[in-house]
Amino acid sequence: MRAKKVTVFPEPALFNPLTFDAEICNGCNMCIDVCQVDILYPSPEEGKPPVVLYPGECWYGGCCVAICPRPGAIELRVPLANRVHWKLKNLKQDTKTG
Amino acid sequence: MKDQEIREMEWPYPIRWGKEKTVNVDVLILGGGIAGCWAAIAAAKNGRKVALVEKGATIRSGAGGSGCDHWESAASNPCSRITPEELIQAMIRDNFGYNNGVSHYIECREGYDRLLDLEKMGGKVRDIEDEFVGAEFRDEDTKFLFAYDYVNRFTLRVWGTTFKPALFKECKRLGVDICDRTMATRLLTEGGKQGTRVVGAVCVHGHTGEFIVFKAKATVLCMSRPTRVWLFSPGLPGISEFRPPQCTGDGHAMGWEAGVEFTMMEKSVKGEWSGPRSFPPYGTGNTHNTWYACSMVDVNGREIPWIDRDGNILKSVSDRYRPAPGQKFFLKGGGESEFPNYETRGPDILPVDELLERGYKLPFYADLPSMPELERKAIWGLMVGQEGKTKIPILGAYTKAGFDPNKDLLQSYGDGWKSGAFLPQERQLFGLPGGMVNDWELRTNLEGLYAAGDQLFASNCHGHAAATGYYAGRHASRYALEASSPEIKSSQVEAEKKRILSLIDRDFGMGWQELNAGITRIMQNYCGEVKSEELLTIGLKLLKDIAKEEASELRARNPHELVRCLEVLNIMTNAEIILHSCLARRASSKHLHFKRQDFPDIDPPEWHKFVTVRHKNGDVVVGERALDYYGSLEDNYLAHNQDYLQRE
Repeated sequence: MRAKKVTVFPEPALFNPLTFDAEICNGCNMCIDVCQVDILYPSPEEGKPPVVLYPGECWYGGCCVAICPRPGAIELRVPLANRVHWKLKNLKQDTKTG
Repeated sequence: MKDQEIREMEWPYPIRWGKEKTVNVDVLILGGGIAGCWAAIAAAKNGRKVALVEKGATIRSGAGGSGCDHWESAASNPCSRITPEELIQAMIRDNFGYNNGVSHYIECREGYDRLLDLEKMGGKVRDIEDEFVGAEFRDEDTKFLFAYDYVNRFTLRVWGTTFKPALFKECKRLGVDICDRTMATRLLTEGGKQGTRVVGAVCVHGHTGEFIVFKAKATVLCMSRPTRVWLFSPGLPGISEFRPPQCTGDGHAMGWEAGVEFTMMEKSVKGEWSGPRSFPPYGTGNTHNTWYACSMVDVNGREIPWIDRDGNILKSVSDRYRPAPGQKFFLKGGGESEFPNYETRGPDILPVDELLERGYKLPFYADLPSMPELERKAIWGLMVGQEGKTKIPILGAYTKAGFDPNKDLLQSYGDGWKSGAFLPQERQLFGLPGGMVNDWELRTNLEGLYAAGDQLFASNCHGHAAATGYYAGRHASRYALEASSPEIKSSQVEAEKKRILSLIDRDFGMGWQELNAGITRIMQNYCGEVKSEELLTIGLKLLKDIAKEEASELRARNPHELVRCLEVLNIMTNAEIILHSCLARRASSKHLHFKRQDFPDIDPPEWHKFVTVRHKNGDVVVGERALDYYGSLEDNYLAHNQDYLQRE
């Protein structure tokens, strides 16, 4: 029924789009305010990284990383299956992924 | 780094289920992407009281919110060697007439004006740091950089990651009431009846669940085209999605319920981007769009030839950016259109099949290291970096992983710019798809309701969204100045609130992902590549069945899920519009990518027209319009925009 108190569980992610470094992140939550898909929510603990409540809905737009005032606090991870390969010109071997 | 430790938490925002507030405005803008922000700016500049409702975060929302690398069709810029009239006629011809002459003419005439506006707001549109001095694509006087056709110079390279925050700031400066995290769910109509004047909208807040009822003299719909109609994989990453996943055709669905007329909704193309099949847009080696006109090599380093429209091999990189001998100008190039018109067909590489026959070995690679330095920097760093969502997941992530554009070859995975292969029934609305029919004020068939950007039929691109957004906002605000006060029918509001609250009043039920997947299965099975009366009719029946049974069990446990549930119901309505549109066109069409097994003749002359559909009292009304229903483009534009031409 229509509950006044709502409890949520962060959905288990098949792919983790974002990881936060709690040592660098100061919980300013600016990333939350620019996420157009609304997957990030403030942590119950002040000063802590946001909760990625809906990782499966991420568009990988990267605006959270772009606005972060503390470089390294958020990392956007390209899922393995979507990583692209490249190689040094003139070398057949040595294919890398990113 | 470690996994997040939160296992359970209280919803971090106040819950306000069933609460309601009412807001009165002159002009209501629904959708805060590119078109919506420009519409709000135009209306606010004209002195109207404006509210902008956006489901996400206006500062970055929209398919172009994170960036834009080129501004198309700026034919009125001082360096352009073609006129807006020449360009629009080429764009119409290139699509066999199935194009929006009005909206793209507005783009060709006013797109450049919007670019200058953006610059005043703080957006970067010129090479002010002189990074590209001496480049063939740079105009030394204006410092503009051009893309594609360097001779005719009507598409500009721009630094579009700066645009959306600038638009957001300008909306705030002009006093626009920005309502983020708010989903519009129902258009309100005079007397609560379908087909009458639009007088506002019911919205629900995605963090609190509170209702907001807007009363408005004029409303501008600026929402994107629907995604997730044929292709949806719960849990699979959105990195390959071109448009944000929350673009679910909310405006289309609300418009359909209100009685808006649509056209070209029968057009869908085989999937180009989605889920696990493909790679991030612009993230693989290719020759198209952002990557035009990159050199390519095969796995052994053998250079892949570029050809002009006549099949002549082009000798230099510079030749790829020039019209062929005897050609006035070209549209983009690099396989932009699947059926390019000879007259404006641009340079491209040889087709992949032919390359394989000639012994070129897979995989192919983009050869940035061999490109002239300034061309390489324009592709990797400027365009890959500014376009769409390339800045962080591509430029940022690849650089961090060690990719060096001066040394590395980036692999290509598919034909053209696509990086994945899809089955024929895995379709998308892409490349000038259907939408709302508009007149010369960008008004829909309903009084008080205007449309812009991807809400319109045959729409695309950032510059088009900006130009049509501003234009629709301007005309809506003029209407609002003289329109009577809107009267809202309370029973219409109450019915909508009841519909929404029913989703949260269930103890158990189906999640939105399952319903979305179920809809896509129906669309793949009954509205795939080959269509027929029988298949489409079964599709409609199955949709009706799940609307009655499964959709009535849809359940939301919090305001976020409520928004997702309402989106899927909108996807279902879009599927219905598409099926009705496919039934209405009883002929196959090449340019509409439309195959009817029961009407196999391709483009018979009697069907060379727009077929329209609208919803009326439970029935679908089918109509038609001539492909040139908009009349003389220049004359009509001048007749409807004297105030703009004189004032701005």
